[in-house]
Amino acid sequence: MRVNLSSVMVDDQAKALRFYTEMLGFQKKHDIPMGEHRWLTVVSPEDPDGVELALEPDEHPAAKPFKSAIVEDGIPFTSFAVRDIAAEYERLESLGVRFTQPPVDYGTVITAVFDDTCGNLIMIAQETPES
Amino acid sequence: MNDLYRAIADPTRRAILDELVERDGQSLFELCGRLTMKHGIGSSRQAISQHLEVLESAGLVVVRREGRYKFHWFNGEPLRAITKRWPTNGHRS
Repeated sequence: MRVNLSSVMVDDQAKALRFYTEMLGFQKKHDIPMGEHRWLTVVSPEDPDGVELALEPDEHPAAKPFKSAIVEDGIPFTSFAVRDIAAEYERLESLGVRFTQPPVDYGTVITAVFDDTCGNLIMIAQETPES
Repeated sequence: MNDLYRAIADPTRRAILDELVERDGQSLFELCGRLTMKHGIGSSRQAISQHLEVLESAGLVVVRREGRYKFHWFNGEPLRAITKRWPTNGHRS
């Protein structure tokens, strides 16, 4: 058994695809029409055969209250790994991405949290092994 | 006034104020992360939330909503009452 898929619940799949590809730099992997919605996944160009991220519609009635409750407290829904968080923070901020937490150094990891414009907060993390 | 002394009597609440002085305007998530990672305070998010309510009722923390997020800000104003009551420089301010 292995993990091959993760997902975020988005309020608009087309908007999400733009944000996750144009802003975050992921690539579209699958885009299959499924009635009203699509089976839509993206991957990292650094690992195109790796874990896919599904951009799933948040249409279940429980999804929106859950999302807004965790966003209010600043809690990210998921986390992505980055090599240089300072550079990534600067790049995304200059593109107008809203951070609820600028990079904070915890010794072994530096994390930051931003809004994906689709109703989620996302964490980016850079591991900093003690040298 | 009693609220103020009660609020700062607790070490976790003092650590919360320390972290807000370091960076003002934090989400509950960021505060909990800092308390766990930097102070070894393993309290639940709910417990920290209750500490924040005590600090808020003492006027030491102000909660402001910005769109869909809620941030916590430090307000040192109530602490003036302490040095007013017991002047630190030997004469009354």
